[in-house]
Amino acid sequence: MAEEAILGFLQNNEKITDSGQFSSECNLDHNEVVNVIKSLHGFRYIDVEDIKKERWVLTDEGKKYAAEGSPEVQLFLAVPEEGSISKDELQKKLAPSVFKIGCSQAGKNKWVEMGKQVSRKVQHVEDKVKGLLLQIQEGKEIDIDSITSLKARKLIAPQIWKGYSVKKGPNYAPERKKVATDLTRENLQNWKELEFKEYNFNAKGAPLEAGHLHALLKVRKQFKDIFVQMGFEEMPTNNFVESSFWNFDALFQPQQHPARDSHDTFFLKAPSTTRTLPEDYVERVKRVHESGGYGSRGYNYDWKREEANKNLLRTHTTAVSSRMLYALAQKPFEPKKYFSIDRVFRNEAVDRTHLAEFHQVEGLICDRGLTLGHLIGVLNDFFSRLGMTKLRFKPAYNPYTEPSMEIFGYHESLGKWVEIGNSGMFRPEMLLPMGLPEDVQVIAWGLSLERPTMILYGIDNIRDLFGHKVDLDLIKRNPICRIGI
Amino acid sequence: MPTVSVGRDRLFAALGESYTQEVFEDLCFRFGIELDDVTTEKAILRKEKHIEEEADDDDDEEVIYKIEIPANRYDLLCLEGLAQALRIFNKKQEIPKYRLADISKEKMIKMNVRSDQTSQIRPYVVCAILRGVTFDEARYNSFIDLQDKLHQNICRRRSLVAIGTHDLDTLQGPFTYEALSPMDINFVPLKQTKSFRADELIEFYKSDLKLKKYLHIIESSPVFPVLYDSKRTVLSLPPIINGAHSAISLKTKNVFIECTATDLTKAKIVLNTMVTAFSEYCERKFEIEPVKVTYDNGDSDIFPKLAGYDMEVPLSYITASIGVSLELEEVTSLLNRMQLHAERSKSSDSQCLVKVHVPPIRSDVLHPCDVMEDVAIAYGYNRIPTRKPASIKPLPLNELSDLLRSEIAMNVYTEVLTWILCSHKENFAMLNRKDDNSAVIIGNPRSADFEVVRTSLMPGILKTVSSNRDHPKPIKIYEIGDVALLDETKDVGASNRRHLAALHCGATSGFELIHGLVDRIMEVMAIPFVPTGNNTGYYINLSQEPEFLPGRQASLIFKGKHVGNFGIVHPQVLINFDITDPCSYVEIDIEALL
Repeated sequence: MAEEAILGFLQNNEKITDSGQFSSECNLDHNEVVNVIKSLHGFRYIDVEDIKKERWVLTDEGKKYAAEGSPEVQLFLAVPEEGSISKDELQKKLAPSVFKIGCSQAGKNKWVEMGKQVSRKVQHVEDKVKGLLLQIQEGKEIDIDSITSLKARKLIAPQIWKGYSVKKGPNYAPERKKVATDLTRENLQNWKELEFKEYNFNAKGAPLEAGHLHALLKVRKQFKDIFVQMGFEEMPTNNFVESSFWNFDALFQPQQHPARDSHDTFFLKAPSTTRTLPEDYVERVKRVHESGGYGSRGYNYDWKREEANKNLLRTHTTAVSSRMLYALAQKPFEPKKYFSIDRVFRNEAVDRTHLAEFHQVEGLICDRGLTLGHLIGVLNDFFSRLGMTKLRFKPAYNPYTEPSMEIFGYHESLGKWVEIGNSGMFRPEMLLPMGLPEDVQVIAWGLSLERPTMILYGIDNIRDLFGHKVDLDLIKRNPICRIGI
Repeated sequence: MPTVSVGRDRLFAALGESYTQEVFEDLCFRFGIELDDVTTEKAILRKEKHIEEEADDDDDEEVIYKIEIPANRYDLLCLEGLAQALRIFNKKQEIPKYRLADISKEKMIKMNVRSDQTSQIRPYVVCAILRGVTFDEARYNSFIDLQDKLHQNICRRRSLVAIGTHDLDTLQGPFTYEALSPMDINFVPLKQTKSFRADELIEFYKSDLKLKKYLHIIESSPVFPVLYDSKRTVLSLPPIINGAHSAISLKTKNVFIECTATDLTKAKIVLNTMVTAFSEYCERKFEIEPVKVTYDNGDSDIFPKLAGYDMEVPLSYITASIGVSLELEEVTSLLNRMQLHAERSKSSDSQCLVKVHVPPIRSDVLHPCDVMEDVAIAYGYNRIPTRKPASIKPLPLNELSDLLRSEIAMNVYTEVLTWILCSHKENFAMLNRKDDNSAVIIGNPRSADFEVVRTSLMPGILKTVSSNRDHPKPIKIYEIGDVALLDETKDVGASNRRHLAALHCGATSGFELIHGLVDRIMEVMAIPFVPTGNNTGYYINLSQEPEFLPGRQASLIFKGKHVGNFGIVHPQVLINFDITDPCSYVEIDIEALL
């Protein structure tokens, strides 16, 4: 309708000067006309110029009066032609707002005598307000004084009106050519005649409905693949509850060590203590703590079984490694390469980079004749697969490794050396009580899974990565993890 | 692999023992040959002619064993060689000692080679004589079949070597091997009665199904190889056909064998194979009469070459390669069973060497590794103690978890990873649950957020929905992770269980969608949907769990065991977790599905 009217008009006329005027002349809804103008403009059938006009529209109150009459007239008509009416009586006949405004306006107009009793002063009144409001509603111009007075009474309000002036555009045609937006089953019949609407490549395609894997677990998969490619076998780590014995004592970690403090470790109320430990091994561990052996002087303190029995949430997956190595020592020796990636727990304050739980990545090699050179070699291999080719090693302290090395990698994009993990050779005081042969060494390293993941995905708050507060949109947007490939 | 067909009864007679098919198959298996097919002569014919099985099968028909032979063991290509090898393997026979007849060079039958002529087309010939042979029909057929097998295999369809066998008594040595123009060669070929000129014979055989495939070997040559006796009787026109005159028959006693060749080594192997296999039928068992071959430049040689050769193999090489420790005496006795005569070598004091005599029939033995292999075969491959090279075993639970994670993502759910620790009330009261003393409780919690180890994945999943209230609906999330439960059977008194949880949250609860996901999980686990009470798959029962809406919740029963629940989350639980949209939820113990 509107489209035919516009294109038809322009066929014989230079210009539509005002779309609003055009609409009312053609008896069309202006909003519809505007939509058509925008669409025709998009295809450059027409050129347009914006028109902005301030005009007056009725407020809700104004609309009411335009329909029902002004309050003063309503009040006037409620007063009897002869005699008077008590003010209370009058108030009952009218709505409260009508009564209030009516009293004031009719009084001002000197139409009625106000007092205890109300009576008419004049016999006929003209509802000028209603008349003016109706004129504005019809879009007619009225004099400035009336505008001011209606505006003061909040019966009208200004409104910015937008319209267009319209001329022929470069693609003008009296009738719009049909354009297709897609190849459909129907228009496959007449595809030769079709003209396709230009596709907007600046906008993105339609969103997909898709499933998603969690970013941290995508990184875990790549780490796991790297370990497997290097010939490492996964350790079973599905045991969160551990005894202090396997978590600490078996690792030659003395019972007074600060890590065994309740400030760092979650000890358990239920189950509070462990039920069974391999007694002969416990005896050897006790001896090596108390008085040494295997060439060691020991720690020279009173080793308490109760401490070892205390259950906790494992503070590191090395607790599992100690179980695995002990199991290995109970059979004829065979070399092993083990890894694990799983949850560990620390009773620490939670902040941007620390959580009470995180994932530890751990690798270890158990074989005869291993050297520090092997450890550095395997670390170079491992981290180069993660994209870290420049490594250096800082001497460090770790209760169960000697030598111990902190691993630093040169981070190309940060342009600095960053600590990326910890490593070392397990102490003889840990391995020999287990029953491993004397010439067997174990080299091991560990790191968190979260830290490389945060660097990889540019996340600086660990709570944005892991836990229930993570934004699902973030999980959905994360790219695939390409480390190791 | 070549196959030889032998009559079962003849074979068992030759082996001196009757076997059930199963026991014989086992013997073959251990020795490294294979009983490929059991059939009959008639069945083979029927198959060739594509005739349907006849109803009135003759029961007394001879059973034929088709036996597959390794491609380098030419000595096993006939019943005689095969039976002998198995007899020796079964320690029923000593290794035969093949020998040349003690005959002076003057008395030797001679073959004179016109090498100026033969070098143009087929340079070499080697010959030997079997004296006093006793043929019967079966032996005769075997003799012919062996030539055929050799022709097809080592002789490369006669192009490298062609064998001619003759009744020596019909001929008069010395013989000559020449190469003449086809126009000049005339003879009556085998199975014909009239004489052909060689070029005509070629034309004649172009329509012969069997022989036409050999014609190309000489057809375009200006000269054809031909063997004559001293009376100019044609012995053969190799590699096409023998003369009719000297054809062998059941009555033949003395067999003259000639092998013409383009490859001398292969010719010697072929000749050795022929004479060793059939010398057991000679009057003097295992004795072969040699033939002197003289070339026109004066060089001469005597065939067959039966000497074999010796090889010294370190005992340690053998035992280390096989992975068993064996004494020298054991090794020599094992080698004897493989027809290799072996003894301790005296050439080294420091090293224990096995001196192995490789007989003429074992042309396949090239290197000590071939000797080592025979020791292993005689020892028995399946008796060798196994050693496991380092290899990696996956953890089935973790691998299955990862596979299920991908499957659920493929079903358009988004994975979340929530904390294992939660508050006591999140784990119990907020889920409408009572504390059933199943949870691992922390003794020194730093905050209320970390009081217990979750016993289900539900608190973490519901908290995730609550934290993502502005996320467009529906929200479809899942998690596969461990919960921990008190467990008396474990040393520490608690154990992990691997759970799977998924949730749908939207304008409607999506109960059917979660139900559908349960079915899909079971489908990818290849677990069938079965009627209630059936313990071979899974079925679903109405349940009464406090965290779900009554009437819209169910238990998942797998092989009779309760492994999970799903349902519409109870409205009070939604309120407890500050969730304003309805949710459906499933949680399954996937360890129970392993």
